[in-house]
Amino acid sequence: MSAFRQIVSVTAMNLRSVPQRVGSSSVIVVGIAGVVAVILSVFGLTRSLQDAVLATGSPDRAIVLRAGATGELSSTLLVDAVATIKDAPGIARVDGKPAATADFVAAVNLLRKEDGRRAGMVVRGVDAAVMAVRPELKIVAGRPFTPGLREVLVGRSALQEFQGVAIGDEVALREGRWRIVGVFESGGDANESSLIADAATLLSAYQRTAVNSVTVRLESDAAFDTFKAALTTNPTLSVSVERETEFYRRQSEEANQIFGLVGIAVGVFMGLGAIFAALNTMYSAVSARTREIATLRAIGFGAGGVVVSVLVEALLLSLIGAAIGAAIAWLMFNGNSVTLGDSVSSMVFKMRVDPALLGTGVLLACAVGFIGGLFPALRAARVPVATALRAV
Amino acid sequence: MKYLPLIWAGLWRKRARTVLTLLCVVVAFALFGLLNGFTAALGGIIDSMSDTRLRIMSRVNITQPLPLAHRARIETVPGVDGVSYYNFFAGYYQEPRNSVQTGAIDVETFDAIYPEIELDPSYVEAMKRTRNGALVGEDLAAERGWKIGDKVPLGSSIWRRKDGAEGWDFEIVGSYRSPSGRVPTSELWINYDYFDEARQAANGTVTLYFVKIHDSSRSAEISEQIDALFANSTSETQTQSEKDWLRAQIAQIGDIGFFVNAIIAAVMFALLFVTGNTMMQSVRERIPELAVLKTYGFGNSAVVGLVLAESLLLCCVAAALGIGISAAISPSIYREIGVGGINLPWSVVAVGLGLAAAFAIVSAALPALRAQRLSIVDALAGR
Repeated sequence: MSAFRQIVSVTAMNLRSVPQRVGSSSVIVVGIAGVVAVILSVFGLTRSLQDAVLATGSPDRAIVLRAGATGELSSTLLVDAVATIKDAPGIARVDGKPAATADFVAAVNLLRKEDGRRAGMVVRGVDAAVMAVRPELKIVAGRPFTPGLREVLVGRSALQEFQGVAIGDEVALREGRWRIVGVFESGGDANESSLIADAATLLSAYQRTAVNSVTVRLESDAAFDTFKAALTTNPTLSVSVERETEFYRRQSEEANQIFGLVGIAVGVFMGLGAIFAALNTMYSAVSARTREIATLRAIGFGAGGVVVSVLVEALLLSLIGAAIGAAIAWLMFNGNSVTLGDSVSSMVFKMRVDPALLGTGVLLACAVGFIGGLFPALRAARVPVATALRAV
Repeated sequence: MKYLPLIWAGLWRKRARTVLTLLCVVVAFALFGLLNGFTAALGGIIDSMSDTRLRIMSRVNITQPLPLAHRARIETVPGVDGVSYYNFFAGYYQEPRNSVQTGAIDVETFDAIYPEIELDPSYVEAMKRTRNGALVGEDLAAERGWKIGDKVPLGSSIWRRKDGAEGWDFEIVGSYRSPSGRVPTSELWINYDYFDEARQAANGTVTLYFVKIHDSSRSAEISEQIDALFANSTSETQTQSEKDWLRAQIAQIGDIGFFVNAIIAAVMFALLFVTGNTMMQSVRERIPELAVLKTYGFGNSAVVGLVLAESLLLCCVAAALGIGISAAISPSIYREIGVGGINLPWSVVAVGLGLAAAFAIVSAALPALRAQRLSIVDALAGR
């Protein structure tokens, strides 16, 4: 009998005997299901947050902040600087006007639907040209705000998460109440968790003259260098220019670091635990099969078939576990909307457990199954035939 | 106690299995300690926060300033013992990413309102003498190596100076400590008067007011009275006790508690499975041995006791090891994610050990029942 056929027949015989060991086999399945479910949820959360933040940025847009500012809130640009920035070369033009918006960022506390607590939400004042800068921004209900009137648009995510921001409702910002006149969506990005209003109207209500940032749409990706050079070499300006993608990547870094670390710490511990559980299962599987293995060896089967049969059993059980774990993570978390925030504002995003992540989970399960099967398999290969048979 | 060697021998009958099960339980409880320790420590911080101190911020958002003129009106509210205020400075040292938590305060009223802060009266005097003086918190001083007499040039990512100068130069004239650990000492405090005079915008406003009251049971009522004073004005307020404020703050970080509990539940379920299975197997294999014990005159309850004791010993030792590991590594992990200074609370240790004992009993219950019911003749005959 060829070595290959030996391996196949021993493995098949072994798999048929798994149902007799269902109790101990389920340990490996449950252990790995737990690991995969937890890891997929933690990393699904991190990835979804990152995706939502990154989706806000586009490589053909650039954001201008005061030099040295780390984010929009710590940046201020005065009116004359804004005019200079909007005149810079490299900005796309729509109907002869530069596609640029000077944004003023404020925040307002509103009640969350879920627990009735107050949480912050960004209120962004934008120029009329915002639609030319952000074509992904679409009004899906109601109408645009009228500059000069106290009117705001609410993002779809914000509308889902907060009370009192439906069309027709009024929110208390500075200087009175502002009416919600429309709902916008922008592909589930960070902006969707905010209110937007006319910058000039908002600035006058807040008695400010300076905006926080200027965002422009470039003629092309390549125009970034021209645009940046024009602004950073201008002696009257003291600004930093970044591609929007880079800006949002930097903004999401801190949260990613924290969640990534938590995910890794939890993952390492659970992975170790699952490896121990898998080892336990497979050692007892081997020990239950001692007679069978010794008999096979005595009638001339090689060690290879026995080793492979143990490894295949471990891997198959791990895959079943991975499938269950992935199903749990998917059913519990996929499509959930999650709110994360700090004292100033919060962000709502949809949690996704995507196929790439599922693939990682399966790989991880295989790795655990392999390690958990390897040592017991080696022991199985070394079963001393004579002693094992004497025990019959 | 005299049965200990017997229990010990039973446990080590299959060495590999016991060690692996032990490691599983160790890992599970290390994770339990880390996660639960974190939420419990946050809970502990909330409990230790004062509810005889109220915190007032703008109702619109914390980024909105409140006029300094509110102070006199707040002081008129019955039950209010003292008022102080605070303005965020958003300071950084050398470069913007190197931020230094800095607050502009009125040192005298602040000191009066925060009795848990240890501040030498001579430092208060020094602050009043030195306009650009600064008080450094113990932790901040240790972190940066700053000491009294040092000149510290800071930048602010929000505030510009009226005189057009680039940075703000402060001179450290004193330090403060918090012996109880209830107030973080990672901030630099500067004189509000000096700061307010020098800044270009928002003069005469503050970020927060702090109010001292003596009757914690009246905190909700006084908060409402204060908010009512400014209702429908251009600067409406939101007043909360420090405790409520922190609780809301933590809720705002997101649905952390749900995630933590879901993970712990998953881990514990898997654990129950693993230990339960080990105990089942171990008892099944030892049926003839248990029958021999019964033949020698061990009663039913003694045999059940042996099985339970084995399980208890395994689980509790492993849980203690796991929680020990989490206690050893948690401070550094928490520091890494930016919530330094948290130690594993004792309550978590106690809950963990209790949980371990419960697991041991649940997972040994079925095998123990089996051991109790076993009939000597059948077991010895291998039936």
